[in-house]
Amino acid sequence: MKRSITWLSGFAVAIAQLATAQSSGWQFPEKVQAGSAFSVTTSGSGSAALYIVGPGDVVKRQFNLGETIAFAADDLHNAGHYTAILVSGSSSQSAQFDVVASRQPASLSFLAKPSRLPVNLTNGISGVVFVLDAFGNLELDPQPVAFEFSDAAGQRPPRVVNTINGVAWLKINSAPKAGPARFQASIGNAQEIRVIQQVPGEPCAIRMTAKPASGQRVALQTKPVRDCNGNPVPDGTIVSFTETYAGGQSTVDVPLKRGVAQTELPAEKGAVISAAAGVVMGNEIRWSRQP
Amino acid sequence: MNKGRLLAILLALTTVALIVIGTLWPNQSGSGVADAQAQLMGSASSPQGAVNELLQRIARRDWASAYASLSNRGEFSEADFTRDLSGDNGSLRSYAILDRYDTQPLRVSADTAQVRANMRWASVVGTFQDSRDLRVVKAGNQWQVAWPIVKQAKVPPQVIPVNYLRWDVVYRGAGDDWGAQDVEAPHVRIVAMHPVDRAGEVVVMGEILNEDVVPAFVTVKATLLDNKGGSIASEDSFDKISHVLLPKQVSPFRIDFRNMSLSRVDSVRMQPSSSLVPASADPIIGVESQKLNPVPDSSLTGNLVNQSGQVVNVAHVIATFYDGSGQIIWVADQYPSRALLPLEPVPFQISLPADISTKVSNYRVVASTYSSSRFQ
Repeated sequence: MKRSITWLSGFAVAIAQLATAQSSGWQFPEKVQAGSAFSVTTSGSGSAALYIVGPGDVVKRQFNLGETIAFAADDLHNAGHYTAILVSGSSSQSAQFDVVASRQPASLSFLAKPSRLPVNLTNGISGVVFVLDAFGNLELDPQPVAFEFSDAAGQRPPRVVNTINGVAWLKINSAPKAGPARFQASIGNAQEIRVIQQVPGEPCAIRMTAKPASGQRVALQTKPVRDCNGNPVPDGTIVSFTETYAGGQSTVDVPLKRGVAQTELPAEKGAVISAAAGVVMGNEIRWSRQP
Repeated sequence: MNKGRLLAILLALTTVALIVIGTLWPNQSGSGVADAQAQLMGSASSPQGAVNELLQRIARRDWASAYASLSNRGEFSEADFTRDLSGDNGSLRSYAILDRYDTQPLRVSADTAQVRANMRWASVVGTFQDSRDLRVVKAGNQWQVAWPIVKQAKVPPQVIPVNYLRWDVVYRGAGDDWGAQDVEAPHVRIVAMHPVDRAGEVVVMGEILNEDVVPAFVTVKATLLDNKGGSIASEDSFDKISHVLLPKQVSPFRIDFRNMSLSRVDSVRMQPSSSLVPASADPIIGVESQKLNPVPDSSLTGNLVNQSGQVVNVAHVIATFYDGSGQIIWVADQYPSRALLPLEPVPFQISLPADISTKVSNYRVVASTYSSSRFQ
């Protein structure tokens, strides 16, 4: 008998709680733009708490049922899926809503790769842009991004690429002429600039001359070393001189300075002297003078 | 019981017999472990004893006492003698200690003798040998060593014009946006690779090229894979490589896998890596008069010539050896113990296994350097 009374009283309390919960109501928007103010109207009576949980944000508000809860412009600014939980007494209700990026692109992240590449490379440069709003949320709606590329040869016609799911990208060729290039991406007032170094390619031909030097040595000097597009190969590039003679050899790795490499090696009659840079061979000289 | 007693008596007799033999007919070659705390072992009453005594003093770095014991002190100063053994200009020898030595009498007469001293010096990059043939002369009833000094070249005062070329690197900052560009790592490529099975080891050799226009700090890692693609062992080139490569420069590398057989290996995965580093294009080192010496002393010898005006404290010479088909068959190296003064040749000698020296058709030598005065 006692057990039956306990069970019945528990059931009655549960029904009462359900009735209280049903008596409170709210209207939550399904979609909120990041950084915009909005409000939630509630009905019922009594005190309650509202919890909002989302990516990077947790908000708690105490209020009385029947009031309108106001959210300021900066209260929710991370785009994503949110859950709102209304707790009143021992009852609770929940709602789901999305915070979406604002429609106004404010900044962009621009990945330009590589930062350094040889000249004349087809589709060698890639630019990828992520369009973001003022709060760093990815703009998922299509947005036009303008890419501009200029180097020593002048400015190329700008190209406009629409974003897909917030991302716009393109590939372009490197120029035949070496030098730094300015690669710019812009949308509205937002713009980012990257510098791409277009560097000379492999040495095309290494021409070397030899003449006697003091102390029974031979002086070796290359002509200015250029790539196959006529760009001077940068200073510091190593030219390896090798002198081979009966019973031995001498070698030296010399960096280009002011476009040429020069050194001295022992003069050996009948020696064959060659020059190379990396895997590119230059001319050979047979040294026939007496040391 | 009787057998045990018999064995004990036999061992005692053998020990006594060996002591008598050792006393009457001592070994004519000597060897020693250099110990700074040890008492003098040698005695100047014999040529070999005099040499041992001198080497003990050298091992203790007791230069004054060692110099005072020489018979030819008038030919050079104590400073020259010290410099000959302990090096100068921050060379490898400056940081080395005499680790071990042995002596070998070559000729002995009533008042002169010749003794070969083989000294093994220990340094941070391994050991190096220094062999000197010492003339020993009798003065009274004592023997004295005449030290064959190797005088260090003195560079005459002069101006050597050098157009310095160096690269400095500005990396991205910590506060930059994640999309902000950083400097690109140099592009490097392995242009040759050859694994060989040798004396219970797998040796992976090859060459790496910096094909970029900026200097690169390079390392090469090799992983041995079995027929299922699983990793058996992984090693990287430690000092058998020239780590800093200027644009278009090629370095050999060698990676040793100890206690490994090539029969267990299905393939080798090579992983070159590079990073952009500040570097200088100087000094330039010529590798002159390279000569391949046949067996029994199979080696590659030559001279390093510092063509710049800066003193090179420590040099590292790495040689790649090729067979007739251009295949890499060996990579070996050496650290010359002396500093490279401007324009002064310093000899080097890279030992080569006898079986390999007979197959060598061509070779290539590179030198990398360390200078304490260089800004890097």
